[in-house]
Formats: sequence, C-alpha cells, structure tokens
Amino acid sequence: MLEVSGVSQLFGGVIALDRVSFTIAKGDITGVIGPNGAGKTTLFNIITGIYTRTAGKVVLEGTDVSGLPPERLARLGLVRTFQNIELFGGMTVHENVMVGMHTKSSSGLLACALKMPWSVAEERRIRDNSLKWLDFTGISDLAETTAANLPFGQGRLLEIARALAVEPRVILMDEPAAGLNNQETLALSRLIERIRATGITVVLVEHDMELVMEICDRIVVLNLGKKLAEGTPRETQDNPEVIAAYLGEDE
Amino acid sequence: MKRELLKFLAFALFVCLVPLACRGGYLINVLLFVGINTMLAIALNLLLGYAGQISLGHAGFFGLGAYLSGILTVTYGWNPWLAMPAAAALVGCLAGLLGFPILKLRGHYLAMATLGMGIIIYIVFNETIELTGGPSGLSGIANLSIGSLTFDSDCKNYYLVWFFALVTVLFSLNVANSRIGRALKAINDSEVAARVVGVNARLLKVQIFALSAIICSLAGSLYAHCMTFISPASFGFNFSVELLTMVVIGGLGSVYGPFLGAALLTLLPEILRGANDYDIVIYGALLVLMVMFMPGGLVRGFPELRRRLAKRKGGVEHA
Repeated sequence: MLEVSGVSQLFGGVIALDRVSFTIAKGDITGVIGPNGAGKTTLFNIITGIYTRTAGKVVLEGTDVSGLPPERLARLGLVRTFQNIELFGGMTVHENVMVGMHTKSSSGLLACALKMPWSVAEERRIRDNSLKWLDFTGISDLAETTAANLPFGQGRLLEIARALAVEPRVILMDEPAAGLNNQETLALSRLIERIRATGITVVLVEHDMELVMEICDRIVVLNLGKKLAEGTPRETQDNPEVIAAYLGEDE
Repeated sequence: MKRELLKFLAFALFVCLVPLACRGGYLINVLLFVGINTMLAIALNLLLGYAGQISLGHAGFFGLGAYLSGILTVTYGWNPWLAMPAAAALVGCLAGLLGFPILKLRGHYLAMATLGMGIIIYIVFNETIELTGGPSGLSGIANLSIGSLTFDSDCKNYYLVWFFALVTVLFSLNVANSRIGRALKAINDSEVAARVVGVNARLLKVQIFALSAIICSLAGSLYAHCMTFISPASFGFNFSVELLTMVVIGGLGSVYGPFLGAALLTLLPEILRGANDYDIVIYGALLVLMVMFMPGGLVRGFPELRRRLAKRKGGVEHA
C-alpha cells in the first residue's frame, strides 16, 4: 500500500533520517513510535510532501509519489492531520469539512462566480455530503460553530472529519491523542478503528503507548533517525533494543 | 441564500434611487467615483480579504485598464466596447504572468514586490510619452455609447458605472459562497492544511490575483471613458494605499464592506471640505479611531460597537 524505501533527510549537517525503509499493508493500522527527536514527524512531513527528502523513495500503491506536493497527494488519496491541529479558524465546522471535499468537486473560479447551474448543483452536493463526516466523527451538533471556538478535543475530531472528506486511501495522523484526556483518547481509538473498518489504511505517530499497543496491527520504531525495529505490538514490546532506546542503556 | 439575494436587490434599488435624491450636480460625480472605487475595493478584497494576499500595486492595474482603453480608442480608433475587454484580457494575462513568481512570496516580501510592480507601472505611464502623453496625460477619450445613447453626463455615467459595480458585487457574492471562496479562505487561515486536503494554493492565488486585476482594469476603462481625460497622477502609490485603506476600514473578507469603505473614503474628503486646512487632520484622526474601535471594519464594527457599549453599561450597573 505505502512503501517507504531508503528515505534520508539532512538538515544542514544533521542527519534527521537515515535510510529508513518499511512497508505498510493495506487496511492496517500502523504506529510509528520512538523517543523525542527520533525523526517521526520529519518522516511524516516527507511522506506527505511538506518537506522534500534528501534521498529515498515513497511509493503509494505502485505509484512513485516521492517529492509530490501535498495537494497532488490528496488527489491520489493520501491525507494527514497535524500534531498542533490546523483548522480553518474563521470558518464554521461545516465549512471546514466542505473544504475537505475540494478534490471531489471541480467547478472553477468563473463557473462559481457566474453561478452556473452545474456549480450550483455541485455546491448542494458538497453541502449535503459533508454532513456525513460530521456524523461519522460525532460533531454534527457543532456544525455551525466557528472552528476557532472549538475545544481542543473537538478540534481534533474536526480535523479528522475534514481529512476523511477527502475520501483518502491512507490517512496519516500526527499524534492524534496529544492533548486529549483519557475519555477522549478512548473515543479516539474507537474512531480510528471505525475509520479502518471503512477500508482506509491508518498510519499514526503517537506517544500514548497504551493507545498504540491497543489498536495498532504493526509498529515501526524509530530512534535517532534510524529504523530500530518493526513488528507486531507484542514483538516490539519485547524487543530489548527498543526497551534500551526508551529507558536508556544501562551499562 | 435567499436572504443574500434580497439584500443584494435592496442594495441595487438603493443605488438606483440615490441620484433622485441629489438632483444631479456635483454630488452625483462623487457618487460615480464611489462606484468605481467600490469595484476596485471589491477586487482587492477578493485577494486580500479572502485569500489573505496583500497587494500594494493595484492602482497599477487600474491605470493599465484606463491607459489601454484610452490608447486603443484615441490612437488606434478602436470601439470603446472592444477596447474594454481587450484591455481587461491583456491586464489579466499580465497579472497571471507576474503572479506566478510574485505570489510565491509572503507577507512583507509580497507587499514589497507588489509595491515595486505598481511603481514600475506608474513610471511607464510617465515615461512612455509618445504612447501615454506622459505626465500631461491623455485626453480626448471617447465616451461609451449604446446606439444613440451616449454616456456623456455624470448622471448617465453614474448608472453605467454602478451597473458594472453591481455586477461586481454579485460576482464576489457568488465567489464568496462557493467552493473557490472557501478554498481561498482556507488558504488564508492555514495554507498547509488547505494544501493537505487538496487545494492547489499556488494556482488559486494566481487565479484570484488575475481576476482581481481584470476587475481593476475594467474599472480603469470605465474611468477613462467617463472622464475622457487621464493622467498618471491618479494611478500612483498613494491610490494603492487608499484602496487598501478602503478594504480594511470597510471590513476584510466581507462582500459589502468594500462598498462601505469606498463610500466613506470617497465621501469623507468632500464632507470635510468645510473644515478648511484641518480636513486632513480630521480625516486621519477618524481613520485611526475607526481602526482602533472597529478592528473588524465598518461592516462588522457597528453591531460590535453596540454590543461593547451595552456590555459596559451593564457592567457599570452591576458594580
């Protein structure tokens, strides 16, 4: 489904990522974990086209997508969410999700300005279909709220709803549980499982080990820019190298 | 949606009836300028208010429209109705070409680049004397006409200009409530998030920049044909700043805000004319006060101000 091979990233003289390779299977929930500074977010930024990698390849279902900008990746079915949620603060919750349907609609600037019949019909379709994602994430009652006024937890749900509106094949979530309380985290893990059930492949960077161990099918462990281990939650949990990286080597 | 339409119709009716109240004369000429400035402010608002991209060179596009129309009709004897869209198309292409490199820049750098662009255009008007007449201007531009109806009086031109201004209002109303309008606002709020969900921010910014320039060009053509005389002084840096002030004072990212800003900034100097030498001081002070107390612009400012006053009153009573 998603194949990362030999991806490296240099920032000046610092090696942020060093030939990282792994493959993510379709329909899996994969967790990318590692101590702070391991390069998880850098890796996400490369996969999603925010950074340009120094070397390596990213392949999405057989298509080489390395170096493509985020807007192209969205069209190919790859979206992401951000650690510090990025919402369109001035718009309502509903409008935020409507922007998510940008790739699923096509009226141009002139057609919109002249209110051509097809653009009016399309607008109605966007308005109606986007409600489905508010339902899915359970924030329908907030549809008319301005996004900037949302509490953090619901902001995160909105960001996920907006990403789902793109109808992606893969969704990458950067620390989705960060800043959430226990109850919200529990609801989030149910939500992620429901997302997977719709056939979407999920990749997440996460610090909440409980969440990762509970819902992930596979785990990739990064440390100091290198891949340290890969496997099922059980395998990685028992891996002495992983334990050493997290707890510090005792010598 | 229906309410928006009613609001627009009420606005259009208001615009049509205003001349009856002022019975021709000088005021109608000022109101005609309100129409032209409304078009310009809406154009700039599409770029600044929605997409969040600043331009300090929009007077340049306005001037290009005016000069292209003027030159094509005076020097080359084109029909004004042909010169107008030709000028608009040319300006649109130019803005599109310039937009690609310029709109890569952000914030202050974008302001500097558009400022430079405006100044270069202004210098071209001044220096290409054989073409534009230089600082002494270009005169003898024909009025527009339909059949035997020639738009040669202020009153006729008022309706002509406002017809175009109302179309522009409708245009921006439609854009604002469409997927493109939302995508523009999304770019303004968080460009990276907009791109991640598939909005081609770069292309959209260039498109709206070009559309904005086209509207300015049309306003410029109308200006040239109404005034029959143009000179570079109307299209300098000062006017770009004035346009920016109109949009900010009126209310960024709203449809009627630019009209309010244009109306205020066009009428205010006329109203203050009685204050002799102090007019410029009062003018400046009013602008400062407005920005301080109505940061959302006139269009949001009045309801907001009332709320704040009510709150203050309530607060005092409670204490």
